[in-house]
Amino acid sequence: MKQSPIALVGLGLLVLVIAVLPFSATNYVLRLTTIAFMYIALASSWNIVGGFTGYPSFATAAFFGIGAYAAGIVRTANSFSLPLSWLVGMLAAMLFSLIVGPAILRLRGHYFAVASLVLAAVLREITNAATKLTGGGMGLNLPTAGVVNVDEQTRLYYGCMLAAAVVTVGLAALIWRSKLGWAMRCIEQNEDAAIVLGVNTLATKIWGFAASAATAGLVGGIYATWIGYIDPSDAFDDLLSVKPIVMAFIGGVGTILGPVAGAIIFLVLEEFVWRNVLNFHAGILGILIVALLVFMPGGLGSLSRGFAKLRTYRRPRGPVPDVAPPAVSS
Amino acid sequence: MTALMQIAGVTKRYGGLVALNNVSLDLTSGEIIGLIGPNGAGKTTLVNVITGVQQPDEGTIAFEGRRIERMPAYQIARRGIGRTFQIVQPFPRMTVLENVAAGAMFAGGSKSVVEATDRAADCLAFVGLSAMSSMPASQLTLPGRKRLELAKGLATNPRLLLLDEVNAGLNATEIDGALELIKAIAAKGITILLIEHLMKVVMRASSRIVVLHQGALIADGLPADVIRNPQVVEAYLGAGFVDHVEGAGG
Repeated sequence: MKQSPIALVGLGLLVLVIAVLPFSATNYVLRLTTIAFMYIALASSWNIVGGFTGYPSFATAAFFGIGAYAAGIVRTANSFSLPLSWLVGMLAAMLFSLIVGPAILRLRGHYFAVASLVLAAVLREITNAATKLTGGGMGLNLPTAGVVNVDEQTRLYYGCMLAAAVVTVGLAALIWRSKLGWAMRCIEQNEDAAIVLGVNTLATKIWGFAASAATAGLVGGIYATWIGYIDPSDAFDDLLSVKPIVMAFIGGVGTILGPVAGAIIFLVLEEFVWRNVLNFHAGILGILIVALLVFMPGGLGSLSRGFAKLRTYRRPRGPVPDVAPPAVSS
Repeated sequence: MTALMQIAGVTKRYGGLVALNNVSLDLTSGEIIGLIGPNGAGKTTLVNVITGVQQPDEGTIAFEGRRIERMPAYQIARRGIGRTFQIVQPFPRMTVLENVAAGAMFAGGSKSVVEATDRAADCLAFVGLSAMSSMPASQLTLPGRKRLELAKGLATNPRLLLLDEVNAGLNATEIDGALELIKAIAAKGITILLIEHLMKVVMRASSRIVVLHQGALIADGLPADVIRNPQVVEAYLGAGFVDHVEGAGG
């Protein structure tokens, strides 16, 4: 895969900022950056299914919630260490994807989207009902990380979420370059043709789904221990499924760095625009999605095409364009 | 001359409609078999059943001595049965070369991307598309896309290749070119099942013709015999076809 020089310079700057931040920034900035890492990981995680194979998955919230609850439960009830809890969260989400994946990945298009959307809703209800295990609607309080100092804790999770983001983006890049990634691109562009050329489409989709689940589950586990409290409507929030899709669309679906850039841009919008228009932020999300689909369906890379489209929208005010041009005579 | 594929008593129903009715057919290695019949006769259903896209309700299909009628489609492709689609199915945002390399990679058993790309380049040269290899597949013209389908089919390294109307939509010159290509593929030792509406192509290419009508096989034999078969004339060709062909010196 070829990277544009702009992307490489951007990446270099990003690495520099990430390295310097823990020593200079306030806890507010660090927490915000930690959320950026979380968004990067979730957007890249979604991109493995939604971008590479083109299957519009709304299962991110389900994976995230399972990861959060699995990690939360073993940490609270069995006093597992932090890394071990996260591993449990990751494996639980992956196991879940391997159970439901073979069933719902046979569906295509809208049918798959709806089936994946239902997962989080079902899990939310189950979590609500299983009061003994999960605390039900009261939520689950997790023990602290063992570091009492707020500064230390902020930096610990800054590092952990960064690691999760690097792992997810790295895994996505690895898959993209592998035979599995090639099979995914074949499925995305023409599934019937892929089958005839010998691609085991179901297995390919299941592995992509599992990779997405494992990474989202890991992020969920880290999130649970970081925030220290989870409840069903928070951990299985449908917005956790929608936001990563919007981020990937902002940056460019089916690329490696697109979801990274998209997640950062999204967070900036969320933080500085929405916080100031509290009672209309959901409306802004809707407007953003529509604008994205109309003006830059290919993400940042298609921005110039979007501007061109804007100009054509403005054109009717000028001279009427669809009159045949005069014959050139010289 | 050994039987490459044995289709025995294959029946496929869609609800009350019998799409294939007790079809039995042997394909011999090295043949070009023309499969003809009116619209809705079950030609594409037969192709789908052979390639595993659909499973027959009854009957067996053996390929190189192994039963394949319950195998998933991708495994059948890996086992050596290639096909082209009536409506061309490229990967639009991959280059022509990548399209073909995918066939070499997944069904053709190439060990590495380099090997798959080499094989793909050979296949493209064979069908005469080398000049377009770095072009996105979506930019090819229809004849180009038909050739791309052939190259993709070849890259899967098939012993049996099912060509579903590769000539539909082509003009007379393009059809001549496609015909040459089909013969050249057969000369490589690949058995071909040619599903075709254009009788000119079928008559010129096939060593044997089978006729489907309302899901049943009504004729199986040498081209010259089949076009004189009263049932075939009645069901498909129409009276006067023989005179037309022989009058034209065919």
